[in-house]
Amino acid sequence: MIGLSAVLLMLWEGRIAGISGIAGRLLPPYRDSAFMSRFGFVAGLVAAPFTILALTGEVVAQTISSNATLMLVAGLLVGFGSVWGNGCTSGHGVCGLSRLSTRSLVATGVFMATAFATVFVVRHLIGG
Amino acid sequence: MSFLVNLALGLLVGAGLVVSGMADPAKVLNFLDLSGTWDPSLAFVMGGAVVVAFVGYRLVLRRESPIVGTDFHLPAKSDIDARVIAGPAIFGIGWGLGGFCPGPALTALGLGAVGTLAFAPAMLVGMGAARFIGETLPHPTASQGSH
Repeated sequence: MIGLSAVLLMLWEGRIAGISGIAGRLLPPYRDSAFMSRFGFVAGLVAAPFTILALTGEVVAQTISSNATLMLVAGLLVGFGSVWGNGCTSGHGVCGLSRLSTRSLVATGVFMATAFATVFVVRHLIGG
Repeated sequence: MSFLVNLALGLLVGAGLVVSGMADPAKVLNFLDLSGTWDPSLAFVMGGAVVVAFVGYRLVLRRESPIVGTDFHLPAKSDIDARVIAGPAIFGIGWGLGGFCPGPALTALGLGAVGTLAFAPAMLVGMGAARFIGETLPHPTASQGSH
């Protein structure tokens, strides 16, 4: 479903389905006229759990840290890092790797490595 | 029209993230916990998406142009610069702390958990900051890449 959507977006508008790029450019300054497209894509993401609820009657179950400070810091890092590196899991990890981009391969390797390392430190050195 | 198509595509990705478990931080953190409760299933989610996109992109890019517009906007950069190391390094730390990457954080927004409500706005602030800093640097290195 994720890969299919990336392909369809390329077919429709010729753009990469990188979520950090799409979400990041919802903020000004605007360099092109694709705002409504991006807004639509993000609205679709936000609406997804409600659509699943409507179709299946199942509430989406998630376990999220309720430590607001931790999540605030994590959010800042994810937002900054994904835009600074021109891509996140979807842009580099899915779209980039599937185009055999060396740049995306490096980026994916780096974020997987620091994510593994962070979880190791938090769960096994500090103890969560 | 583009709005509606993108809405449908966003829904499709969002549903994919939710169904696969990628939108559940606990599952993501288990995937990232190699030496503990490692759950490799998300590797197949990502791998599956890459395989589908690999085949699909090849079919789509045979066309002269996309359905709307005249050009395919593919990332032109292929060089390995400091930003493509530093950005993902920072992103990975945040991903490991919170268990959310950008897509799942947006799909989780409507569920209204405290953690998400702290994470998602902070993520947008971080994105804005990265764009602002990137564009005000003396020698911006194409901060408007096509990702």
